[in-house]
Parts: sequence; structure tokens; C-alpha cells
Amino acid sequence: MPVEANSMIAILPEIVILTVACAVLVIDLYLPDERKDINHIVTIIGLATALGAISLIGSDKVTYAFDNSFIRDPLSDLLKGVILIVTLFTFVYSRDYMQQRQLWIGEYHVLILFAVLGMLIMVSANNFLTLYLGLELLALCLYALVAFDRDSKAGAEAAMKYFVLGALGSGMLLYGISMLYGASGGFFGFAQIADIAAAQGTDNQLLVFGLVFVLIGVAFKFGAVPFHMWLPDVYQGAPMPIVLFLSSAPKVAAFAMAVRILIEGLGGLQTDWGEILIILSVLSFVLGNVVAIAQTNIKRMLAYSTISHVGFIFLGLLAGTAAGYTAAMFYTVVYALMAAGAFGILVLLSTQGIEAEQLDDLKGLSERNGWLAAMMALIMFSMAGVPPAVGFMAKLLVLEAAVSVGLVWLAVLAVIFSIVGAFYYLRVIKLMYFDKPQLEQPLVIDGTATIAISINGLAILFLGLFPASLLQVCGVAFG
Amino acid sequence: MGFEKLLFYIFAAVTLFAASMVITRRNPVLSALYLVMAFVSSAALWLLLEAEFLGIVLILVYVGAVMVLFLFVVMMLNIDVATLRARFIHYLPLGLIVAGIMVFDMFLVLGPADFGLDQFAKPQSQPADYNNTAALGQILYTTYLYQFEIAAVILLVAIVAAIRLTLRHRPETKYQDPSNQVRVRKGSDRVRLITMPAEPVPPSLTATLGATHTEMTE
Amino acid sequence: MELWSLLPVPVQSLIATVLIILPLLGVVAWYTYAERKVIGYMQVRIGPNRVGWRGLLQPIADALKLMMKEIIIPTQANKQLFLIAPMISIIPALAAWAVIPFDAGLVLADINAGLLYVLAMTSLGVYGVIIAGWASNSKYAFLGSLRAAAQIVAYEIAMGFALVGVLVAAGSLNFSAIVMAQQGGVWHWFWLPLLPLFGVYYISGVAETNRAPFDVAEGESEIVAGFHVEYSGMAFAIFFLAEYANMVLIAMLTTLMFFGGWLSPFQGIPVLESLFAGVPGIIWLLIKTFFFMFTFLWLRATFPRYRYDQIMRLGWKVFIPITIVWILVVALAVVFEVSPWWSATA
Repeated sequence: MPVEANSMIAILPEIVILTVACAVLVIDLYLPDERKDINHIVTIIGLATALGAISLIGSDKVTYAFDNSFIRDPLSDLLKGVILIVTLFTFVYSRDYMQQRQLWIGEYHVLILFAVLGMLIMVSANNFLTLYLGLELLALCLYALVAFDRDSKAGAEAAMKYFVLGALGSGMLLYGISMLYGASGGFFGFAQIADIAAAQGTDNQLLVFGLVFVLIGVAFKFGAVPFHMWLPDVYQGAPMPIVLFLSSAPKVAAFAMAVRILIEGLGGLQTDWGEILIILSVLSFVLGNVVAIAQTNIKRMLAYSTISHVGFIFLGLLAGTAAGYTAAMFYTVVYALMAAGAFGILVLLSTQGIEAEQLDDLKGLSERNGWLAAMMALIMFSMAGVPPAVGFMAKLLVLEAAVSVGLVWLAVLAVIFSIVGAFYYLRVIKLMYFDKPQLEQPLVIDGTATIAISINGLAILFLGLFPASLLQVCGVAFG
Repeated sequence: MGFEKLLFYIFAAVTLFAASMVITRRNPVLSALYLVMAFVSSAALWLLLEAEFLGIVLILVYVGAVMVLFLFVVMMLNIDVATLRARFIHYLPLGLIVAGIMVFDMFLVLGPADFGLDQFAKPQSQPADYNNTAALGQILYTTYLYQFEIAAVILLVAIVAAIRLTLRHRPETKYQDPSNQVRVRKGSDRVRLITMPAEPVPPSLTATLGATHTEMTE
Repeated sequence: MELWSLLPVPVQSLIATVLIILPLLGVVAWYTYAERKVIGYMQVRIGPNRVGWRGLLQPIADALKLMMKEIIIPTQANKQLFLIAPMISIIPALAAWAVIPFDAGLVLADINAGLLYVLAMTSLGVYGVIIAGWASNSKYAFLGSLRAAAQIVAYEIAMGFALVGVLVAAGSLNFSAIVMAQQGGVWHWFWLPLLPLFGVYYISGVAETNRAPFDVAEGESEIVAGFHVEYSGMAFAIFFLAEYANMVLIAMLTTLMFFGGWLSPFQGIPVLESLFAGVPGIIWLLIKTFFFMFTFLWLRATFPRYRYDQIMRLGWKVFIPITIVWILVVALAVVFEVSPWWSATA
């Protein structure tokens, strides 16, 4: 089978990102230290070009490429777009931070770009082999990025934990994939496995075992309880911009992975994985919200908040209806934006001499920079699920999906714990607006970052007021 | 047929023996060497399966390169095995339980219900001139082109990440740079000839050196 | 001939193996003599001339002496590994010969992946060195084995890439096919289109066998004798045998892959071709091989030892890029059927 031209067109965004990553890798060698900004410019242009490529080849039609190992559909277009946008935010926010810490070097851009490439591959995977390779590409970049500040002991420790647990998670996933491969009699395409799953269901024990292992792998990558142990430590140890990246874009990719595996591959076993997801979901939002209250380190607090949000994303998935999937996707996209904004603000705070790691570092932010505090408040309201911010809408949709399949008790439990969770989000707002700042001097951040954070924050508000457009796009993905 | 079966059992036994030695040896170098042995005997098992390319590549890559570097590191580290072993017995029950579950899973996959000649037709053995290197290359560069390229990118990332995490320029260490050395040109780079006026000899020195030397300098 | 086919296959293989190994060991023995003689003359000395006519029996005397000597096992050495190490270094050196064709059809195992097999076997040789160095419980031996490990891994990559070039050019991993792809006279042999790869391969081969000027693993002036400093008697002799067997192997492989193997150099030349048509292929093969064996000695007599960082630089920063570029060139040449090597009719 010769490679056809339209295969190459279908992977245009991936090709763009790969080219840019390699270009930065080479360009960086010839740049003197004071001109490393050129890397930044090339990267931004590259990401924008990839976004353009996605919209260029995007359509409602589904295209397959490379012997059905690649799929391009509305789902992949939207998720790829979100990943690229969030990455753009990452680069804009992190510039000053990395410059001040002598980390503003080419490898930072290269590794993030390769991680983005891995995510794009995952999002567009149409069989387990491609999915796994994309996942490993992403994971390898993230391990290195967590240890990026190599003089930091906390960073090295976090990277080690992440690496060991991540490898364990990948191992579980791979073990499950090998079982599914055996159960289907030698296929790893999602379509073929879906046929087998529909035909044999739970009669095929092997399929069920494979499902369990694959699900553990997915839960590991999401950071759902009880596979969440790595998350707070990694968030705490990694440099702030890396946490910004780590907490946002990979979650979108993990969502795509869950959709591809669970819905497209093992849709026939929905009742089985739905039950497992209920357990994961309840544990996640209970533990995430409760433990987050006890945290004094804001990175750890947001890590537990991530865990609770994962619980809500699962809440949409486990419903097993198109509306539920749409709600989960909406939640994921919104969550990526919120996480990017929240950590983005922390990154910007950390550019003024201190490392904004403790909750106390946020004290009196409104006096130091009113606009930034307002944006942070908006994001916190959104995470807590207070209208009119978009977080409310997202929570409402997943709850609605759960109720529609008769899981009222689950929805009630979720509401109770999101009210518990509201406490720690509102505490951040209280610290920012009603406490005396520890540092008196006003917080000045550069123009581009202000614009980016404004776009990010206002998008959350805008989507909260007019959710229909995004919701419709999400709906198209699940036809 | 009988001879092949005998070979299979020999190599299978060697593989199992070596694998169990890997985890029970106290000396990490011995463990690594037993791992090499396990690789070599599994390569032999692959050869018996007529997968000669994979068998040879296993030796070439894992035994010939990866394990050499691994040994290199293990030999230089002074690993305190005693502390590593201290809780070995402590964790043994848990380990055995996990291993038991894995065995059970494996039995489900490879048990008589799903595996064996009843479930799958016996693979046809290829004629003697069948070239499985070529067959593998054919499929790798057509059907699996995309995956192959992704794997290449993963390797590239591994290089970039490893270099980023370990390469440090230490200005305080002095070393010779061969690339600079070979770039040296004859003449200007090697010897610098300068013109300078002769230094006047101080009188005290003239006195100590004696009259003959003074004559020579003049 | 009929009697031969009556024998069971294992016995046939055994006889064939002995027929390869025995002459090989003979060549190795007198190669050591040749080395001393050649280097002697190059240094305006005479070399060994006491045992037998012009010292020709010197290898036998050496062998007897080594056999009589005690094998000393150092205290605190790992005894099993100490004794296994020499065997590990000789076995791959001999096993690689299984796929070497000596003439058209004259080969013990005519396997498809012969080139890969040889590469795999030569890559195993390093274990003997590493284990010897580690098991000796000696600083010098250990340093030697570390040097050898790093050096061999570095040059193996360049060597492997050079072989990829040959593979692309010949379109096969089988040695007989590689030789047959070079048919048509001296200018058709692969040394010309693959000249950079030939250079890289041969130099890497010298480095892989730890020969001068890449003999830092032994480095007698720095680390006494490197990995085999603690060995004596037959244990030492086996290391010696392995080293020389590997040198012969590299010379033979260079001939097979770049110099047309058993093909006559007069192919395509009107008068000479018919004149030398009666010469068996194996003679041509041996002549070419002996030339490259001689080059090993010539290099040793000529060049001072490389410094360690220079060796690493040469391997990683010079050879590997050269081979990668040339693989691309060869691949393009094959695709565009550059004559006379890859013309469409061939």
C-alpha cells in the first residue's frame, strides 16, 4: 500500500508541529543566550499554523488515513484545537518566569511541542498501537519537563515518582491492550474490537479483564482516585509553567483516549465500564474536594481540585448517552481553560521574585493587581461552579446526564461535594480581596500576558453566558 | 521435529533458569549477566519460531548494546544490596499474590479455552528461501509507516530529554577539545612570532654572569 | 560425494565446522608470527628467527609455553566468571564464521540474515572483555574493560550503519548475494560506490578488535595490559586467539562486502580474464583477506595510540554522521539506478 497524498493531508497539523519542533531544536543551537526569544516566536507561529491547518482540513466528514490507524473527525478537530490553544497560553504565560530562572532554552519549547505532537496523535488514534505510541511520546516529554529545573531536588523527586507511577500505568494499559488483542483474535483497531465487544459482550472473560486493565491505565493518566497518588506530588515538585501545561492539555488528550477506548472501542461493554466509572467518579470528587480543603500549598490544592474535576468528567462519561458524552467533553474543554488560567496567574505571580506556592502568597492580590485578582476570582467561581461562570454550566450538564439515566443519588452526592469544594475556591477569593498583602509593591506584568490572561478569563465568562456554540460543537462530535 | 522440540525445551529451561537467577542473585552484576543469558536463550527460541530477524536483532540490540551499557553502569555503582534486600521477605507475600493474579490472568489468556492448536490453526512454516527480514521491512514501511515514524520521534525525544537532564557545561573543569585541536592551522595558530626590542641587561646581572657572557651578548 | 550425503546432517555440519575452525586456528597462529616479523622488518629489526627455519615454528613454541604455564587466579576474583570470560570472547569470534562463504556455494550456513548474524556475533565479543575486567578484581583490568565497553558500543553503531549501506547497495543480507551483487570487475566492487563506508567499516573494525591505534583497552603504557592483565597461561592464550580470529574475520568481511569476495579482479578485462579463469575463487578471497590482515599490522607499526577522547570523538562525531549521509546517497543512487553499479538491467 503506497502512502497516499490525502493521508499526508490528514496529518497536516501533526506534520506542522513535528517540523516546528525539529526546527526549534536546530535553531536553538545557533542562538546566543540573549536571543532565545526567537524560539518563542517560531513556536508561537508554529502552533498558530497548526491551528490554521486544523481549521483548513476540518469538516464534518470523517477521514481515515494510514491503513485506518489514523482518524480525523469533528471530535479530534475540536480537541486538537483546544490542546493547541491551551499550549499557546502556556508559552505566553511562562515566558518571564522561565527567563528569570535561566530555563528559557530551546529544549523547553521542543519538549512541549513534542508533547503536543503526542497528544495530537492520541486524539487522532484509531487503534491501540497508535494510541499507545502517542501516549508514550506525551509521557516521555512530561517526565523530562517535570525534571526540567535540574537543580531542583523537588523537581527530580517529582519526576521520579511520575516516571515510576506513569510507567506502571502504561504497563497496566499495555497489559490490558494485549488482552484485548488476544480476545479479538489479533486485532487492535478500535472498530474491530468494537465488533467483538458488541458480539460477545461479557461472555468473553478475556475482554472483561482487558477492559479492567485498560480502564486502570486510563484512570492513571487522568489521575482519578485511587490512581491519583502521583498528581499532588508532581504538581508540587514541578516548575509552575510545567504544572500549567501538565494540568490542562494532557487532560484533554486523556479525555480523547477515554472516548476512543471506552466508547469507540468498548462501547458494547458500556454497562460494565459504566459501573467501574461510578466508583472512580465518586471516590475522585469526594476525596479531591475534601483533601483540597486541608492544603496550604496552592499547587497541591489545585491538584486535588483536578482530581475532583476528573470525577465530574467521569460522571458525564458513565451516563453512556450522547448527551452525557457531550457534557463530559464540554467539561473537559472548560476545565482545560480554567486550569490554564489558574496556573497561568500563579506563573505570572511568581515572576515577581517569589515562588507563589503557598495560599498566603495570594493575600491581598486585589491591591497589588486588581485585574489579575478579578480574573483569578472569575476562574475560582467557575471551578466552584458558581454562575454565570462556565463551570456552573459544565457541572449542570454532567449532573443532568447522570440524572437522565436514573443515577439521582450520584448527582445529589456530586452536588453535595461540589458545595464542600466551593469552600476552598472561595477561600482563595477571600485571601485575595480581604487580607493584607505580604508584599506591598504592585504586581506589574507584561502586556502580552495580560492580554492572554484576559482572553482566557473572559472566555470563561463568555462561555458561561453563551454556552450554546461550544456545546453545539461538542454535540456534533458525538453526532 | 524431535530435535527441534528438544532444543525448545533446552532453551526454555535455560530462559527460566536465567530469569529466576536475575531476581535472586545478590550481586547486581551477576543479575545483569543472567539477564543477558535470558536474552540470548529467548533469541534462540525466536529462531526456533523462524523469526530469525527478531531473534538476531534481540541479540544485536539488547545484548550487544543495551546490556553492555547497563553493565557499564552497574559495575561502576556500588549498590548496597543489603538494604535493597532487607525487606525482600517482608514484601514477598504481596509479591506472590500479585504474581498469582498475573498467572491467573495469563491462564485466562493462554489457557486451553482461548489458545492452542484447537483455537488457532498451526502457522504454516515458510519455505527455506522465505526472507522474513524483507517481509518485516515491507509491512513496517507501508502498513505501519505512521506508527514507525512516531516511534522514531519517541527516540528523538528520549535523546533530547536525556541530554537536557544530564549535559552540564562546567566552566571549572579543564579539558582538551579535539575539534579545536584539529582546526589548528599551521603557522599563525601554533607559534606567534613577535618583534620586540632587546631588553637592557641590568649591571648587577652582568657582574654575576661574568665577562665572557657579556661579550657574547654584545 | 555419495558417502558425504549418506552422513546424518549433524555429522556433516560437525565436519564442516572442523574444516573451517582448524585452518582458521592455523592462520591465527602464524598471523601472530607474521605480526612480529612484519613489524620487525618495518622497524628495521629481524623479528623471531630462533625456532625453526627463520623462526617459522615460533607460534608452536609459544603455544607450548602458554600451555605449560599455570593459570593464576587472583585472590578475591570471581572464579567462575574469571574462567568463563575467555570462553565468552572466543565463542562468538568462531561462531561468526558459520555464515562466511569461501566460494560460490561454499558456506556452512547460507542464511538470509547473514550480515545481521555476523554483526550480532561480533557485538557479543565485548562481554568477554567486560567480564574479564570485572572478575579480575583489579583496577587496571577494570579500567581496561570500561574503556573497551564504551569504545566498542560507539564503533558498533558506525559499523552497523556502514553495513546498512552495504545492505542497501546489495539489496540483501546474505553474504553470497552481496558478493554476487558486485560482479563485473574491480570497478563494480562496492569499495568504489561505498568508499566512505568502506573506510568507516575498516577503521571501526580495527577499533572493535581493540587493535592499535585504538588499543586503549590494553594500553600497555597506561594500564599495563588492560582487561587481561591478570590472565596467564591458556586463559590468556584464548583471549589472544579471540583477538586474532576477530582480526581475520574483519579482514574477511571487508573483502566480502567491499572487495568482491571470491570474484576475480580481472573480470571484464579481455585477455587476463581468460588467463586467470582457472584460479579458484577461494584463492582470490584469501589473497584479498591477507592484504587486509597485513594492513592491520601496518597500522600498528605506523600509528601512535589515539587518546581516549579522540577515539570517542572520531566514533560519534565523525563516523556516524558520515555513514548516515552516505546511506542516504547510496539509497538515492539505488533508486535512480546510477550506472554502472545499479543499472536497471542488473
